[in-house]
Amino acid sequence: MTTTVHPKTSPEVGGIGHAVRRKEDDRFIQGAGRYLDDIVLPGMLHMAIVRSPIAHGRIRSIDTSAAEQTEGVVAVITGQMLAEHNLAWMPTLSGDTQAVLATDKVRYQGQEVAAVVATDPYIARDAASLVFVDYEELPAITSPQQALEPGAPVIRDDKEGKTDNVAYIWEAGDKEATDAAFAKADVVVTLDTHYPRSHPSPLETCGALADVNPATGEATIYLTSQAPHAHRTLFALVAGLPEENIRIVSPDIGGGFGNKVPIYPGYVVATVASLLLGKPVKWVETRTENLISTGFARDYHMHGELALTSDGRILAMRASILSDQGAFYADAQPSRFRAGLFHICTGSYDFGAAHVTAKGAYTNKAPGGVAYRCSFRVTEASYLIERLVDNAAWKLGMDPAEFRMKNFIRPEQFPYRSPTGFVYDSGDYHTALREAMKLVDYEGWRRKQAEGHPEGKLYGVGIASFTEVVGAGNSKEYDIAGIKMFDSAELRIHPTGKAILKLGVRTQGQGHETTFAQIVAEELGIPYTDVKVQEGDTDNTPYGLGTYASRSTPVGGAATAVVARRIREKAKKIAAHLLEASEDDLEWEPGRFFVRGTDKGVTIQEVAFAAYTNPPEGLEAGLEDVCYYDPPNMTYPFGSYIVVVEVDPGDGTWKVVDMAAVDDCGVRINPMIVEGQIMGGLTEGFAKANMQWITFDEQGNCIGSNFLDYLVPTAWETPRFKLGATVTPSPHHPLGAKGVGESATVGSPAAYVNAVLDALRRAGHPVENIDMPVLPHRVWGAIQGVAVKP
Amino acid sequence: MQVSMTVNRRAVTADVEPRMLLVHFLREELGLTGTHIGCETSYCGACTVLVDGRTTKSCTMLAVQADGAEILTVEGLAQDGQLHPVQEGFWERHGLQCGYCTPGMIMSAVGLLQENANPTEDEIRHGIEGNLCRCTGYHNIVRAIEYAAAKMRGEEPPPPEWEHEEVIA
Repeated sequence: MTTTVHPKTSPEVGGIGHAVRRKEDDRFIQGAGRYLDDIVLPGMLHMAIVRSPIAHGRIRSIDTSAAEQTEGVVAVITGQMLAEHNLAWMPTLSGDTQAVLATDKVRYQGQEVAAVVATDPYIARDAASLVFVDYEELPAITSPQQALEPGAPVIRDDKEGKTDNVAYIWEAGDKEATDAAFAKADVVVTLDTHYPRSHPSPLETCGALADVNPATGEATIYLTSQAPHAHRTLFALVAGLPEENIRIVSPDIGGGFGNKVPIYPGYVVATVASLLLGKPVKWVETRTENLISTGFARDYHMHGELALTSDGRILAMRASILSDQGAFYADAQPSRFRAGLFHICTGSYDFGAAHVTAKGAYTNKAPGGVAYRCSFRVTEASYLIERLVDNAAWKLGMDPAEFRMKNFIRPEQFPYRSPTGFVYDSGDYHTALREAMKLVDYEGWRRKQAEGHPEGKLYGVGIASFTEVVGAGNSKEYDIAGIKMFDSAELRIHPTGKAILKLGVRTQGQGHETTFAQIVAEELGIPYTDVKVQEGDTDNTPYGLGTYASRSTPVGGAATAVVARRIREKAKKIAAHLLEASEDDLEWEPGRFFVRGTDKGVTIQEVAFAAYTNPPEGLEAGLEDVCYYDPPNMTYPFGSYIVVVEVDPGDGTWKVVDMAAVDDCGVRINPMIVEGQIMGGLTEGFAKANMQWITFDEQGNCIGSNFLDYLVPTAWETPRFKLGATVTPSPHHPLGAKGVGESATVGSPAAYVNAVLDALRRAGHPVENIDMPVLPHRVWGAIQGVAVKP
Repeated sequence: MQVSMTVNRRAVTADVEPRMLLVHFLREELGLTGTHIGCETSYCGACTVLVDGRTTKSCTMLAVQADGAEILTVEGLAQDGQLHPVQEGFWERHGLQCGYCTPGMIMSAVGLLQENANPTEDEIRHGIEGNLCRCTGYHNIVRAIEYAAAKMRGEEPPPPEWEHEEVIA
């Protein structure tokens, strides 16, 4: 395997490997970012949504008269009105349908029922509370188990012939081979665990500002969108608007994490309102609306089994999943894969057979199933295998690090074909784990653990050695709602040697304006400060599928490298013309062509000027190109995380006292940005392990509808991290990069949970499992051996 | 109702509804959109500004309550083209990603450093626990505030942490 050592460019050029300051930051630190709610248009109206207070009920009637009579109210929109335009329902990203405004039934608490448009946002909210809806309440189904019981009320009676609550059934792998391997096993380890419902809750909520020109019908829709191009096409398909008349502008985005991938009813209603009223209409969610109605994540009930030999080798894996989909099946998944990429669940380990089955159920909860800082259900998969492997080591009496080392895919096995059909591009799992053990002082902590805590608390050490799969597609296998998962970059070099790079992806904090400028700097030697990066405006960027599933660097970054190389090829012809030399005699160093063996050369800036002022005969003027990159495979980032916790057996509380995270995301373009992504992800992992979940009561009321009930970590609770890195380049990515935005969210939850369980087990409490969040009363109950409420 | 206050060293007077929140007054009436809204429970701190020198969540204060007050928002921090050391610290130490919590976080840090010029890491983490960030995991925010504190005391800030060795596999 070839390795590349960066940086190869000067700090001023700032190519790959330079931890340069971010170009986007000067506006953000001065309050000069431009987020959706900051945009004001002349004559703009404001919209508020009327939502269902109950989880399941038939709508008897809607009385809008009081709202309509409120001064300042311009319109009240109901599902009946939308139905007249055939817009009461819309397709979801998983090929299901979702109500825009409910006409027949409400199916979850917080569902959109009507909308009020007014001259002022305060008036819109006042009037929304004056819309009276009469409901005939129906029993609420709040778990997938309950949903699949015989005779359960059918939630989706809007679907013709639907007699049950099954949303999908799916399987992967080889059942026969797996059964055969299990028959030969010395030991079988099983685990039943629930990865609870969570919510990405970016600090900026979702919103839209729709501006439909009443004369021309041209619609400019400002949208909190991670995928503006895909959203434009879906708007065209849903609303029947001609696509050339739709311009989606995704302005600065205050965090997405998957929450801004779906199309929400509010976007559609605001657009319809603008179309009907001929004025711009703005809708911005409250935090409660965001938490109770937009894309949730996880909610997988998982059963896993490992077949083992008594000397500690894994032979095979079985997994079955029951997923809680909420009232509409709205997962953002590649359409061939109903449980996303869950079948990556064999993780970092080499064994012969695996079989995965999955079933999704409709419940009376909000729809979503988004990949929260995760590549299509990879988080759930990684959690299951890393918890199973830990339980296996415990059952066999082996050290969990030793057990992992014994079963890891070995470096010489790459490219490695997994039993469920993935082809891992590259990896060195042993080195990553060894580095993490060094960084945290694994042996030292094991010694301290054996000696015992000075105050009678319990030390626990937990490991997770994850493998992710990110950067979809290839387009043969992967699509969203039929649109192939390629991505694009368009690069224009201006006559003065400065550049603009336009991308189909959309940053939400990942630092694209810097990272992608650095790729151009690497390939062309143009300083990254001279490269402007533009994203988010569909009229001004090439088509792409957007930013989620860690795909921007694997796909958009690859497109950027390829388009820059194409430009360098053309630049070479111009350089040959300027130097009066043959192309074959030219050599390239960052930023300059020169005639081999001489000091005669031209800079890329001189070439750029000549491209517009003095192009060689027979060559088109200009220096720009576009690339639509279809990756040959996905990339497989990996790493090892080791967490040390201190558990108080008296009350079940626990805290992280040490943590080391070694990530391998291939070549790191900007190490500072990469580490920022990792620390954010480690915090998200901690959040889920420690506190962050959404629950419902028996009536389907959402518990966790604001930041007082839905706990997200503050600076105080967040652990402190030690980071390390190994670099195993991706062999198929033009830069050897792999994508990193989600690795730590995917990999870390199991490490925290394994650490708490390790503390308990080594203190003599044989605890099989504690589900996340690992709340103090659950830990205490496990120590006492008593059943506690969830 | 008429309210008068000083916002970013400039006197402003306006007629507002008695129920208008200070954050809406700043954003809608004055066009100072750097102050953001992230929740309705005064939990997230995206709307933090200084009112008479004290860090205040402007989503839980009425504009009329700020009558006669001196308000400082993120837009008023830089002076004469010179960034405030806290702004500089956030830039130098990668203390932000999406930027949405950043103005409130910066204002909280400014308030903290006014009260404590040389805070420990624990004091910084306590000092900003009223401000949520969903991107960074806070680590680099702490480093950014340490950078600013050093600068404001006239000392050399500690070096960045990302300069460590990578193992080439």
